[in-house]
Amino acid sequence: MSKKVIVPIGPQHPALKEPACFSLTLEGEKVLSAVVGVGYNHRGLEKSCESRSYIQSLYIIERVCGICSHSHSTCFLQCAEELAGVEITRRAAYIRVLMGELERLHSHLLWLGVAAHLIGFDTLFCYAWRDRELVLDLLADLGGNRVNYGINTPGGVRRDVTPEQIQDILSTMDILDKQLAYYVELALGDTVLAARLANVGKLSKEECIHFGAVGPTARAAEVNYDIRKVGPTAAYAEIPFNVITDTHADVFGRTVVRVLEMVESVKMVRYAVANMPDGDILVKFPRKVPAGEVVSRYEAPRGEDVHYVKANGSEHPERVRVRAPSEANWHGMAHMIEGDYLADAPLIIAAIDPCYSCTDRAFVLNNNNTGEQQVFDWKQLRQYSIDFYKKEHGFDASKIKIAEKKHF
Amino acid sequence: MALSLFNILIFPGFLFLGVYSLAFEYIDRIIYARMQNRQGPPWFQPLADFLKLVGKETIIPEDADKNIFKALPIFAMAAVTAAFLYVPITGVNSLFPFEGDLIVVLYLLTIPTLTFFLAGWMSSSLYSTIGAVRAMTQLFSYEVPLFMALLAPAILAGTWSLSGIAAYYHANPLWILVNIPAFLVAIVAIQGKLERLPFDMPEAETELCAGTFTEYSGRLLAIFRMAIDAELVVVAAIVAAVFFPIFVANAWLGFLIFVIKTLVVAFILAIFRSVMARIRIEQMVIFCWKYLTPVALLQIVINIVIKGVL
Repeated sequence: MSKKVIVPIGPQHPALKEPACFSLTLEGEKVLSAVVGVGYNHRGLEKSCESRSYIQSLYIIERVCGICSHSHSTCFLQCAEELAGVEITRRAAYIRVLMGELERLHSHLLWLGVAAHLIGFDTLFCYAWRDRELVLDLLADLGGNRVNYGINTPGGVRRDVTPEQIQDILSTMDILDKQLAYYVELALGDTVLAARLANVGKLSKEECIHFGAVGPTARAAEVNYDIRKVGPTAAYAEIPFNVITDTHADVFGRTVVRVLEMVESVKMVRYAVANMPDGDILVKFPRKVPAGEVVSRYEAPRGEDVHYVKANGSEHPERVRVRAPSEANWHGMAHMIEGDYLADAPLIIAAIDPCYSCTDRAFVLNNNNTGEQQVFDWKQLRQYSIDFYKKEHGFDASKIKIAEKKHF
Repeated sequence: MALSLFNILIFPGFLFLGVYSLAFEYIDRIIYARMQNRQGPPWFQPLADFLKLVGKETIIPEDADKNIFKALPIFAMAAVTAAFLYVPITGVNSLFPFEGDLIVVLYLLTIPTLTFFLAGWMSSSLYSTIGAVRAMTQLFSYEVPLFMALLAPAILAGTWSLSGIAAYYHANPLWILVNIPAFLVAIVAIQGKLERLPFDMPEAETELCAGTFTEYSGRLLAIFRMAIDAELVVVAAIVAAVFFPIFVANAWLGFLIFVIKTLVVAFILAIFRSVMARIRIEQMVIFCWKYLTPVALLQIVINIVIKGVL
């Protein structure tokens, strides 16, 4: 096996839950170079927000990510509320934080399970996902749904938290405390786990800053950057917590950061329910939003989430831009995989907790000199595929009749 | 003649091995599931999986050599079944014991690994090829400690026959305590042999899809899976015969004891599997040569010294 081979991980591969293609050039088991190919999941969500009202857009934005749906909707609403000059009540802010931290718990538990599964540790996978169910039950109770909770609404939150629900939350947190203590012990102490995770997918502090990595990926390399601390929104400024950083700068460090962050989240949930102020949960949000533009940030479980909304005074936003955290973490990916073993590649990919469909965007390339736009329309795309198959596979597809696309 | 044929085909030969390996797979899976706080499969799941695979279409890659591709699973199954005939089951004696059958059994058990390698190599698919290379690398790391761990008790017993070893330790049960390091080495090396966690790199699902078996489907895959299950039974039976010297004259009772002993081995293997993460191939090579082999060597030295003193 001294010959160089290119192994495709994806677009369809057991290690990937969503399609993406990583072409790894191998020498033996070592990865010489890696090419990250994303772009299989473009859904046009940003564009579709432009033809919908703010409240309709909210439900689209909530579906940007299946895991951190609350983060995206909160971030979008922060923009919209800023534009409309609406300030949410403190109780609503606390409920948003409560949901945000529960979401962080469920997202990190999910990640722990996925990472364990990728290194073949299915027992930990089953344990982590079992405990995640507890959190999902809480979220379903509070919001009405397991993943797209739909608790956010322009001007506050849709549902209040009842005393019975607070009791449920507190008793679940007691169970989680015990389980998390076990995971902390496991993450810090298990030798086999450490052997697989340590020195894998290195991304040093300088490289993190260079590639613009965010979230646990950056914090594992001592980048002390957490939007909840540096630019607190909602009620984060009032809730005490520690920003978890680690010095390992590898997958092991990312695991430690996530596990310890869960411990912090449990504390924050406890604080939030204990100190939740009384009052209304909703203030009126205007139908038409005055013109302007706002950028807002929020610490999603995967890292810094950035939303940009431009309003033109009508019912619809003129432009919505979502910079999902995975998008920032992709840039260092090839660098992380290179030089490691093939066996570690799926783990390194998973270690940034990627969300493929959150990330994919369509770009139109404008040629500044000629003014041409390099973008395929439907006919050109079809012609391109016919030419491609003729050239590569000697197969003439031009005779095949397909239904005319009406919508394009 | 008729009795031999019955022994080979039905009990304790082919048919019994098939049924017992399906039962074993169920036991393995249910313990694994219980350890993971899962419900686990119903008792007929292994059989259902097998029948479903048999009924599926078999696809052979265009670039593969069709005859060899088809023959490899049968080779694997045949080698495992042949090895089973030399393992003591109902009593101290196996069906056809002879001096040196321990070596024959160990070599017969190497054949499935070789067929895995060839299967991966023949499939001419990228994932299978990498899986095949890993299977071979793995073979070189666990084979030596495994052989030494099983030969050390043989040295003390002064015989190369599985039945002879069983008989010796049955007569001198306390000597088996000397072999505890060899037993531990064997249990670890067996996980490598059976390509189970933490040594399942050749078919590491999340890296290589199904590794060596990526291109196999239908009946051929069913036979391969059966061979792997049967290998588990044979290996458990060997460990039970060599390291658990409890035998009785009564055949029925002897068979019951065999079942209990192999279940104990299966239980240990399943626990081992459920508390471990998969390690990397180079970590395994280092581990096997740095730790397992020296322990096995030490065991051989100890046994030779004891043999000399006796």
